[in-house]
Amino acid sequence: MNHDYQYTPKNGFSKWLDKRLPLMRFADENLLSFPTPKNLNYFYTFGFILTMCLVTQIITGIVLAMHYVPNTTLAFDSIEHIMRDVNYGWLIRYTHSNGASMFFLAVFIHMFRGLYYGSYKEPREIIWILGVVIFLLMIITGFMGYVLPWGQMSFWGATVITNLVATIPIIGEPVLTLLLGGYSVDNPTLNRFFSLHYLLPFVIFGVVILHIWALHVTGNNNPTGIEVKDSKDTISFHPYYTVKDLFAYIVFLLMFCYFIFYNPNILGHPDNYIEADPMLTPAHIVPEWYLLPFYAILRAVPDKLMGVLLMFGSIVVLFFLPWLDTMKVKSARYRPLYKIFFILFVISCLLLGYLGAKAPEGIYLFLSRVSTIYYFAFFLVIMPVLSRIEKPLPMPIGISNPALNNTVYDSGGGVASGTPSYAMDSK
Amino acid sequence: MTDTTENQEPSRRDFLYITTAVFGATGAASVAWPLIDQLNPSASVSALSSIEADISSIPEGGSLKVAWRGKPIFIRRRTKEEIEIAEKEDSLDLPHPEKDLDRVKNKEWLVVVGVCTHLGCIPIADSGDFGGWFCPCHGSHYDISGRIRKGPAPTNLEVPPYEFVNENIIKIG
Repeated sequence: MNHDYQYTPKNGFSKWLDKRLPLMRFADENLLSFPTPKNLNYFYTFGFILTMCLVTQIITGIVLAMHYVPNTTLAFDSIEHIMRDVNYGWLIRYTHSNGASMFFLAVFIHMFRGLYYGSYKEPREIIWILGVVIFLLMIITGFMGYVLPWGQMSFWGATVITNLVATIPIIGEPVLTLLLGGYSVDNPTLNRFFSLHYLLPFVIFGVVILHIWALHVTGNNNPTGIEVKDSKDTISFHPYYTVKDLFAYIVFLLMFCYFIFYNPNILGHPDNYIEADPMLTPAHIVPEWYLLPFYAILRAVPDKLMGVLLMFGSIVVLFFLPWLDTMKVKSARYRPLYKIFFILFVISCLLLGYLGAKAPEGIYLFLSRVSTIYYFAFFLVIMPVLSRIEKPLPMPIGISNPALNNTVYDSGGGVASGTPSYAMDSK
Repeated sequence: MTDTTENQEPSRRDFLYITTAVFGATGAASVAWPLIDQLNPSASVSALSSIEADISSIPEGGSLKVAWRGKPIFIRRRTKEEIEIAEKEDSLDLPHPEKDLDRVKNKEWLVVVGVCTHLGCIPIADSGDFGGWFCPCHGSHYDISGRIRKGPAPTNLEVPPYEFVNENIIKIG
């Protein structure tokens, strides 16, 4: 990384401050002069977009909590009160509810980006793992938030998902009762979900700080997957990437605004505008769209406990990614086989999302089983096997040097400076 | 601790360390328990654990749905044919084998918790492939004895604790 540059306080106050609390130095080193690979494409703007999503959700959420009542007799009405009576309540709520969808859309792209360019590989394992932690927290937070309006989908979604806990042998039932605060989803459940839905975004914020901290230790990966060698490979974060990130965010906001202003309910389910009725299950219970792939995996398995295990396993497996894919070449650009399997993986995820909204029978059930098998095979079979057998394409010598490097280097072997310090797949 | 040997007697200091750690852990656990147990059902929730239902108005082949602990209870007055079918199917290879007789106190009345044993949805009466209930969420079929016959649910519909107070009243819970 580029360490040529040093922050120097300009005036008397900043010199005084720098000796006591080096806040300006910190901001300068991490936000302004931070050396960033010069070849990042627009897929690398989603980190910033996601930060803005989190900030938007926290601000709109705090405002909504000023008008919402977490009580089964009042919750549904208080949402309608927000929508009809509170000044701009409709705007704030639609921003919050569609904001959740935008947040997940951005995080999926962000994760696929990491998967394609091998951003989880050494030395960025911790960044990836913290990212998976954030993703898990987002799912829990999103799920709890969806319960709060106390509509039919809120109630039955909560019932189905909390019942997953009961599948755990022996301790399942008592743990479920503990979780619900009763024998079914009811007022105590709503109250604690509200409390936790308010808390968890701040926990996410904390983990995001760790995620960015870890990123700033190793520096960014980039589309070539070749590590930065000297200052010729980097440019300062400001103004180059502040502008690029802002531009991408504005385009993202345009899409966001389309949903808020022109189609605010398309991503939700109409049944959630019917107040929760514990005595009547809707004909089709579907989770929010961003959880559909996991729901499809749950239903693809005929055994209840196995279905639950596979659903959680589909996220847990992500934690082990850095050790499942041991190929030294990071970017899929230079991995022709991995690229094909990656595209198939994206297709299987999209297909699972589609199938999660369909009844689990006939061709839909068959396809969800095939996609589920591929999902796990991609991580547990294809990745380790490709790591051994795939021959990567010739790679450029460096980010700034497009000349192809035809030498095959040994993994971690002593290589003269100016050449790649890792193997082009040695075996 | 430079001259520590393998068989040295525990010192007074070791004793103090262990005692302090045990006291600390006990203290932490006793503070943590109220914070965990407050999540369990409160006295007001537990108090609603028994109800009475009037079944005098249910015709043969009809049913009643009542709420118990926030869950629906299906009370079904079965016809002679339905009882016959349920008993005849005792001998089939069932996913969760139970005799119809073991699931009722009076052959005419079937009382079950109306919650699918898969993931907690409410099955729909008079539907499915086996003349009983069908759960729309993930496609579990129950027969007229509330037994699982097809689909992902692992067990039969649960029979709640109940008793006939008199010929018109059932007490559940």
